[in-house]
Amino acid sequence: MECKLKMENDILTAELDGEIDHHCAKSIREQIDLEIEIQNPKTLILDFSDITFMDSSGIGLIMGRYKKIKQTGGKVKIKNPSPNTYRVLKLAGMDRLAKIEREEF
Amino acid sequence: MKVKNQLKMQLQAKSANESFARASIGAFVAQLDPTIEEISDIKTAVSEAVTNCIIHAYKNFSGEIYITVKIFENNKVKIVIRDKGCGIDDVNKAMQPLYTTGGEERAGLGFAVMQSFCDKIRVISKIGKGTTVTLFKEIKSK
Ligand SMILES: Nc1ncnc2c1ncn2[C@@H]1O[C@H](COP(=O)(O)OP(=O)(O)OP(=O)(O)O)[C@@H](O)[C@H]1O
Ligand SMILES: [Mg+2]
Repeated sequence: MECKLKMENDILTAELDGEIDHHCAKSIREQIDLEIEIQNPKTLILDFSDITFMDSSGIGLIMGRYKKIKQTGGKVKIKNPSPNTYRVLKLAGMDRLAKIEREEF
Repeated sequence: MKVKNQLKMQLQAKSANESFARASIGAFVAQLDPTIEEISDIKTAVSEAVTNCIIHAYKNFSGEIYITVKIFENNKVKIVIRDKGCGIDDVNKAMQPLYTTGGEERAGLGFAVMQSFCDKIRVISKIGKGTTVTLFKEIKSK
């Protein structure tokens, strides 16, 4: 699991790679939270283009970051989840908290 | 219904084994020629049940996770995931969406995901004895 962070024009992008589960969620969470505290972005983009698996630990991860960035008026966007990840996001109602941007399949 | 094939495994309740558990069960079920979606459903549901053993059942002590996968002749799959951990006091309450004892970073959606991605799930638990989660899924493809 990899998490590459980029800050540009008030937008923090986290490019995630691999599988999101409970085992790796802690490290991703710590990296993103540290960057949110330093950079204070207005938008957090979670780029899921290279995520091949996600379970409810990923939902907890997104909800936690959503709550954190909301405190300073920021928002979360989720980019390019796979069809399977999208089903987990929909089940959890994540589309009501965050904008989900999908490419055509 | 006759059992066509069976897998049994026993794993230490360590988070590093979460990906191994779902990947190996996914690979075992692949002999039924499932769709990508069906495999993903099974891997996700297994990941939820195995993660629950690690986070909740063995929160205060270490232990083992016991998994049996049975493939029946009618293409139905039965996956039993058992722990000898702390057990669940009120299973119906625990299965409600958003219910969690796991704190801030948990969504409380593991059982909801298992229910949505399987045909049926069964949960039996006893305080101090452990929990058995059974996942049922028919592979319909081809
Ligand atoms: N194997 C288990 N042993 C003991 N308690 C369990 C077990 N599985 C689930 N529970 C209890 O049931 C609750 C709900 O489980 P569920 O998987 O739905 O949500 P969660 O694990 O808390 O959060 P999430 O799965 O979204 O990360 C847990 O918080 C825990 O209290
Ligand atoms: Mg869970």
